[in-house]
Amino acid sequence: MKNLPRVDVAIVGGGWTGLLTAKELGSRTSLSVAVLERGRPRDKPEYLAGMDELDYAIRLHMMQDPSEQTVTLRHDAAQRALPIRQYGSFLPGAGVGGAGEHWNGVSHRGLPDCFQLLTHITEKYGAKRLPEDHSIQDWGITYDELEPYYTRVDALIGVSGKAGNLRGKILEGGNPFEGSRSADYPTPPMKVPYFSELFRTAASSLGYHPFPIPAATISTSYTNPDGVTRPGCFFCGFCERFGCMIGSKAQPTNTLLPVIRKQKNVSIRPHSWVRRIVHKGSGKNSKATGVIYRDTAGEEFFQPADLVILGTWTLNNVRLLFLSEIGTAYNPATGKGTLGRNLTHQISVPAAQVFFEKPLNRFMGAGAAGYTMGDLDADLFDHSNLPFLRGGIVEASTTGARPISNFAAVPRSVRAHWGSEWKKAAVHYFDRTGNLGFLGEHLAYKGNFMDLDPRYKDHFGDPLLRLTLNWRDNERKTVEYATAKIVEIAKAMGASDVTPFPGLRDYDGTRYQSTHVQGGAIMGASPENSVINPYLQHWDIPNLFVLGASSFPQNFSSHPTMTVLAQTYRAADAIVERYLKRSAPLA
Amino acid sequence: MKRREFLVLSAASIGGVLIYSLDGSLNRRSVHAAPVEDQIRIPLRFFSQEEALAVVALTARIFPSDESGPGAREAGVVIYIDRQLAGPYGRDRHRYTQEPFEEGVPEVGYQGRATPREIYREGLKDLLGIDQKSPEEQDKALQNMETTDFFRILRLHTIEGMFSDPMHGGNADMIGWQLIGFPGPRMSNVQEVDKHYGEAYRLKPVTLRQVAGGNVHPSEDER
Repeated sequence: MKNLPRVDVAIVGGGWTGLLTAKELGSRTSLSVAVLERGRPRDKPEYLAGMDELDYAIRLHMMQDPSEQTVTLRHDAAQRALPIRQYGSFLPGAGVGGAGEHWNGVSHRGLPDCFQLLTHITEKYGAKRLPEDHSIQDWGITYDELEPYYTRVDALIGVSGKAGNLRGKILEGGNPFEGSRSADYPTPPMKVPYFSELFRTAASSLGYHPFPIPAATISTSYTNPDGVTRPGCFFCGFCERFGCMIGSKAQPTNTLLPVIRKQKNVSIRPHSWVRRIVHKGSGKNSKATGVIYRDTAGEEFFQPADLVILGTWTLNNVRLLFLSEIGTAYNPATGKGTLGRNLTHQISVPAAQVFFEKPLNRFMGAGAAGYTMGDLDADLFDHSNLPFLRGGIVEASTTGARPISNFAAVPRSVRAHWGSEWKKAAVHYFDRTGNLGFLGEHLAYKGNFMDLDPRYKDHFGDPLLRLTLNWRDNERKTVEYATAKIVEIAKAMGASDVTPFPGLRDYDGTRYQSTHVQGGAIMGASPENSVINPYLQHWDIPNLFVLGASSFPQNFSSHPTMTVLAQTYRAADAIVERYLKRSAPLA
Repeated sequence: MKRREFLVLSAASIGGVLIYSLDGSLNRRSVHAAPVEDQIRIPLRFFSQEEALAVVALTARIFPSDESGPGAREAGVVIYIDRQLAGPYGRDRHRYTQEPFEEGVPEVGYQGRATPREIYREGLKDLLGIDQKSPEEQDKALQNMETTDFFRILRLHTIEGMFSDPMHGGNADMIGWQLIGFPGPRMSNVQEVDKHYGEAYRLKPVTLRQVAGGNVHPSEDER
């Protein structure tokens, strides 16, 4: 192994969180920063040549390669876990920019009560209403503390939308249930494709409060506080699983890299696969000393660093902590240990497949184009007499209907799934159908967790991460309740036919839900029940910070990127303003 | 060295295909430029001719040419599948293939050892010559295999071959896209996206190479 010259900061992972931290440290300090990214460089992304549904959306050109490393899955501790041999229910990104390159750009904030979930439920409904094996807890941070950072993220990526609560004043057309914003959206809402307009009209007529999806696929040209300009969206319909060919969608490569490239103290090293965080000492004297990584030629390097920032995707953060033997593994039988606990995955179901007898022109769209509503979310309706807690958002997005993925939706009256009758119906309905999505809250349970798999290994011979994950009745009943309401909306849209989602059964690793997997290295107010403190600093190792959605104690219904970035800003502030002055625990 | 296999089709049966020779050089033949009685010899990368003829027949029953429009035969779906199987996908280049292979709950997905190439080769063994049978007999054969992995991927690949960019070998002359009103990877719809509510807005489709130029490389040509 080759020893490299010391750097001040080693950042593991070149996606949203790693590069945002690099940009902040690069512009506000003179520290030497090395970003270690396991995937390929993206200096000049050629995304125009990537508008190919087969290679990008089906063969998953931008994703991590499961032949190198995947995860194993089982529903409970009695089952034997098997590898996810081809990615299905989530799609981790690879290369500089990570999943931030191929996201849809949906940019919600979390609702205020999500951050005090245990307190909120207990105060309102009593501890008796908590599910039997829950492990719900508060985040150790409030919405009000996070709000200034949400506003900074809005400004960074130029989010398009309509405010519903501006400094406490409720505004028509926005989300009236959102937490108070200190500033309006930087750019106005996107244009509304037809399918989403049908939803907006129908939901309003039923007394709901639809609002434009907050969009990082921005509506108009925007220059952010760093002086980076991006153009307005063209509605080409190639967002999710693709990079944006014109750079309208906020991506680390078009929002952060232009700044980082000018910073002489920051270097990005692609093809550098970090295998271990090296640390020494024990208890209060623990300290990270650097990282070990391997390049594509198979050579290993030790990169010494004074500060280590772990900023990969959720599951890789947790796995790297396990492989580096940092922290105490969670034991579901005793409840002891914190590493790996509270694994959650946002519920995401096509609640209603809606058929019409008129064309929708759904090829015109964008990742975050459309309408959504919060009326069925969180605790915005009374759960006293309902058989579940919490809820979710309803989404009528028009992401651009690409033909392979969207062909073959037919009404239930068509029984065949091949041959003339099926083909005729599938051709007829290809542009006459869309789906209303339900994105629901996934509570944390004692039995949903991660550890290292005892049998399956990656291409280096290191154990894979094992997911023990399944739904409980709370999620199943939430989906059942929401589906019934959403079918009513679908009928009010003028549907000729509606297929409701049949219901959640066991967690399905093959059906794409979202890449919003959370937990495992969670934040909290106490080292007894969390891995990192509210500044994302490791409780045991003060010079190690762990960024990203692995910090979420449990999932809230809406999408995590805004909250992930807001927390990254907050951690960067704490590092620059406090930690660098005194290298000690921040909480 | 493997004997070079060709699929010989009547030009009238196929909508005009991009023909790659085995060394990767490109020839374009289109029926619109060729006499109707002409025959097209398509070099095969994976299938034997017998296998290719069986795949043509089976995919044409899954996605038939009928009064609702052209189907898998006209789109050249067999050429799409042949190239996919010859490329990295066909040999599971990017699937996790470490042992042990064990049966599991359906929610962990396909756990088999067999690659797509092996699934096709095994699945086609008893179906060689089916192109000589009647459509009813072909349908019967498909019904008998509906629950198999082979049928599952054959149906999936038929849809992919109908609607993927023509550079992948299927969707000849973009007939799949024309059938469903998909215009291909268009640069901009920003002036139209909030117009045409409830009315079909249909454009002449374009391929990715027409939009992005020659610097586009399909994954099946990678090693």
